[in-house]
Amino acid sequence: MNLNNATITELHKLLTDKAISATELTQHFLSRIAENDSEINSFITITPEVAIEEAKAADLVLAKGQHTMLTGIPMAHKDIFCIEDIRTTAGSKMLANFIAPYTSTCIEKLRHAGTVTLGKTNMDEFAMGSSNESSYFGPVHNPWDKTKVPGGSSGGSAASLAACLCVASTGTDTGGSIRQPASMCGLTGLKPTYGRISRWGMIAFASSLDQAGCFTRTAEDAAILLEHMAGHDSKDSTSLNLAVPEFTAALSEPLAGLKVGICSDYFKEGLEPEVENLVMDGIKELAKMGAEVVEIELPHTKFSLSAYYVIAPAECSANLSRYDGVRYGYRCKDPENLEDLYKRSRSEGFGSEVKKRIMVGAFALSAGYYDAYYRKAQQLRRLIKNDFVSAFEQVDVIVGPTAPGTAFPLGAKTNDPVSMYLQDIYTIAASLAGVPAISIPVGLSKGMPVGLQLIGNYLEEAKLLRVAHQFQQQTNWHQQQPQSNLL
Amino acid sequence: MNIPTGWQIDIGLEIHAQLNTKSKIFSGASTLFGSEPNSQASAVDLALPGVLPVVNEAVYAKAVRFGLGVSADISRVSAFDRKNYFYPDLPKGYQITQMDLPIVSGGHIDILLEDSTEKRIRITRAHLEEDAGKSLHEAFDRYTGIDLNRAGTPLLEIVSEPDIKSAFEAVAYARKIHQLVTYLNICDGDMSQGSLRFDANVSVRREDSDTLGVRTETKNLNSFRFLERAIYYETVRQIDRLEAGRSVAQETRLYDHNKDETRPMRSKETATDYRYFPEPDLLPVIITDETIAKIKAEMPELPTQRQQRFIEDFNLAATDAALLANDRNLADYFEATIKNSQDPILSANWIKVELLGHLNRDAVSITDSPVSAIQLGDLVALIQAGTISGKIAKDVFAALWTGETSSAATYIEQHDLHQLSDPSALEPLIFDILKANPKQLEQLRSGKDKLMGFFVGQVMKQTQGKANPQEVNNIIKRLLQETV
Amino acid sequence: MITKQELGVLGDLAQLSLDPESRDSTLRAINEVLELVAIMNTAECEGVKPLAHPLEAEQLLRSDKVTEVNQVAKFSQAAPLFKEGLYLVPKVIE
Repeated sequence: MNLNNATITELHKLLTDKAISATELTQHFLSRIAENDSEINSFITITPEVAIEEAKAADLVLAKGQHTMLTGIPMAHKDIFCIEDIRTTAGSKMLANFIAPYTSTCIEKLRHAGTVTLGKTNMDEFAMGSSNESSYFGPVHNPWDKTKVPGGSSGGSAASLAACLCVASTGTDTGGSIRQPASMCGLTGLKPTYGRISRWGMIAFASSLDQAGCFTRTAEDAAILLEHMAGHDSKDSTSLNLAVPEFTAALSEPLAGLKVGICSDYFKEGLEPEVENLVMDGIKELAKMGAEVVEIELPHTKFSLSAYYVIAPAECSANLSRYDGVRYGYRCKDPENLEDLYKRSRSEGFGSEVKKRIMVGAFALSAGYYDAYYRKAQQLRRLIKNDFVSAFEQVDVIVGPTAPGTAFPLGAKTNDPVSMYLQDIYTIAASLAGVPAISIPVGLSKGMPVGLQLIGNYLEEAKLLRVAHQFQQQTNWHQQQPQSNLL
Repeated sequence: MNIPTGWQIDIGLEIHAQLNTKSKIFSGASTLFGSEPNSQASAVDLALPGVLPVVNEAVYAKAVRFGLGVSADISRVSAFDRKNYFYPDLPKGYQITQMDLPIVSGGHIDILLEDSTEKRIRITRAHLEEDAGKSLHEAFDRYTGIDLNRAGTPLLEIVSEPDIKSAFEAVAYARKIHQLVTYLNICDGDMSQGSLRFDANVSVRREDSDTLGVRTETKNLNSFRFLERAIYYETVRQIDRLEAGRSVAQETRLYDHNKDETRPMRSKETATDYRYFPEPDLLPVIITDETIAKIKAEMPELPTQRQQRFIEDFNLAATDAALLANDRNLADYFEATIKNSQDPILSANWIKVELLGHLNRDAVSITDSPVSAIQLGDLVALIQAGTISGKIAKDVFAALWTGETSSAATYIEQHDLHQLSDPSALEPLIFDILKANPKQLEQLRSGKDKLMGFFVGQVMKQTQGKANPQEVNNIIKRLLQETV
Repeated sequence: MITKQELGVLGDLAQLSLDPESRDSTLRAINEVLELVAIMNTAECEGVKPLAHPLEAEQLLRSDKVTEVNQVAKFSQAAPLFKEGLYLVPKVIE
């Protein structure tokens, strides 16, 4: 069998059947990274020694039969998760040499479950971007077409999986940073309910929106990963204090009787016609599988983008104040005085997108503007949330496009921030409300992948995963691969 | 300098009380004072990338206790906000504080004025926040060193209304708060360690004016005396400026105790817009009526209640009861003493005269007293039982104070200091002394009672102070009658 | 819309300096974002309580225990300038 695009489930069988060792599997992916990543640039840091050590430990666990579904599975982690003694950069010059002195809860759990750490993946600087072009470590190339972006901010995690450089990868999603790159790279990308996975050790962009999640080849793999990543963490006050459901348990339940909501706001101008067609085909497929399609209203969704571009910058403007060149991170040369230390360290250490958002945030919070901007955005946030609450009284999931188009050429939108922001037009509302959402492949448009977004009610990841899994039983879009992988 | 007449002074105090918890407000690092620099700065306190705060339960319980102690409203829902400004001892670049929904609102405290009347000072609010680290400007020539051990120490910021009208009132109010927070056991009150710090908002206006003048804020006053001096200086400075037709700038100032003056602060002033917003890393804290009732039931006794109890239960004089109850540590010491002595009045006297005398002489605080309450209690019990005389007891106390001994009983044993009360031992000795002083004996017999003192003195001299003076008196009187 | 002068104030608040070449482009970019955001003004929000946390849960409190050990040796390795146990910055005059 081809290891390159095998799923967690498939590899787990090979590992437990002793058809392959975790060490061999890890070596396979390390070689693939060494051979292929120079063209993709999906990794900022590769950790072969750590990986081999973890793989050997996994082999011992497998030999003893004490394994989990994830024992020996090689993963790539977005470089936003702190891992002790490994460089953790958040894609920024500011942290280009920062060796994390502790490990994030989410990665700790995955490691505890036996996964192998191949390395840290490229990302938009501090997760601010939708194309992975704001990374200090250079852009990531989409394996489907290397002249195009992989999406962002978790672009490296998406591209590394699409290029078969790992078996699964972690990401974070603040306004669409998992779902949009999943859509552009032909992957399954899950953003759970806000608070489902601990944020401890995950470098903050916008605290009330940031949520960890994963990229996988199938919804089933996502369910397996989520079971191990989720759970209450006493170190994160905003993490959900609830038991973790068995997300894999209900996957096989058929869709008969399921109510699927569609909202006309998600099919307006700006959506590429071919993307719209593929999404509509996907919805028809769901209907064929027994789901009932219902029209719903999300009247405040049109304000999502505006509210988001106030709230996220406001929170980031404070979250990024700690990068001051004093205790860690980039410090300018020969500062003349304290102000010089601050201003030059921050101006030289941050890229232009980050600086812009910090200033937008400072503006939205400043005296005289707070009520018109920040407070208003938080009021809209409640209305957007209320829309979802009412919608989920009528339907089980909401379906629509993940992104308005397929991957665009590198550099195409770098001078047009607003058109870049529009990339997240369909993903942001779920982030503001804190509800879970998933993007799954729904076809190819001119050879580039298109994603279907499913949004679920609070805590109903199991239902989302079930719909996605059932869809993937009937379609093979998720098994499509970039041509370059087959060379 | 005297304060010119015709002016009204308005003072509001912001008092920062460090809450005496074991761990910090948002991290599990120790709050111990005086450790190696940065040894108690955890990942959270350092604001490492990816860290998150979690609220310490004890901090809330203590803030509620304060609120109940000043008859304030306790917010059932309180929340934290971020206050944004850059300073090297503020690692996150924002301070987590309570802006919109403080835990305590309203309340009041009564102070005693110079003419013995009471005055009520209203408390606006008291909110929880984190302390900053320490900037050490003197350690290096070209650098300021940052020690973040203090960063994240819980603070209760107690804000008063501008009801305070003089430096005297400000000090009276500050002392009352100090007494209250130590009594409530929410703050150790140790000013030398910065456990209680004052910011004074001072403004002046013409006596006939209804509107408050422009105020200055003098920050970080860490003693009652500095508080008094700083307010005095600011008052006179502001009046002088206004009388000279100049204006007062709204600014933050620092008090320089070496020069006894205030001056504008140069740093921290660029960030005049703190851009407060709700802290997204923390959720609102909900306090139920049950929790409040529970904290209320566990409230320690307050100073006035304790003073009353000392009078009623122990028959102490009102002044002694007030003196002892005024300071929680002293009152605790007193109560611990009487556990062993079983004699409240005698114990109170010994604490008042001997113990406080020594503490003042050597500038030692009651909590650091070399003589423990148990030791003093034992000593008082020995006096009470007649084992030693009061005079000898002073020597024993001195030996306890210097550490020459750790037990009064052992010391008395070792130095054979037992009081001589046995008549069969004293009588021959007294008989000899009477015989040896015939002239004085004659005078005593003829009714000159003051000669009694002479003979008692002689006996005490002979016995190195060990004779029981009462017994000596009795024996002399009996001998006089017998030989008549 | 913000002006060049307001941009300078924001730079001071955020401790960011902008070199003259990028000042105009940054100003333009920020104003584009503010324009995008301006659509909010058309929304009716009278009486709506602002939502700070999506889940509206309540804070769990931590018990007052010391759980952290001294890690100054490890943490200080990341520091640009650390001497005699202290993080150093250019001398500050209060």
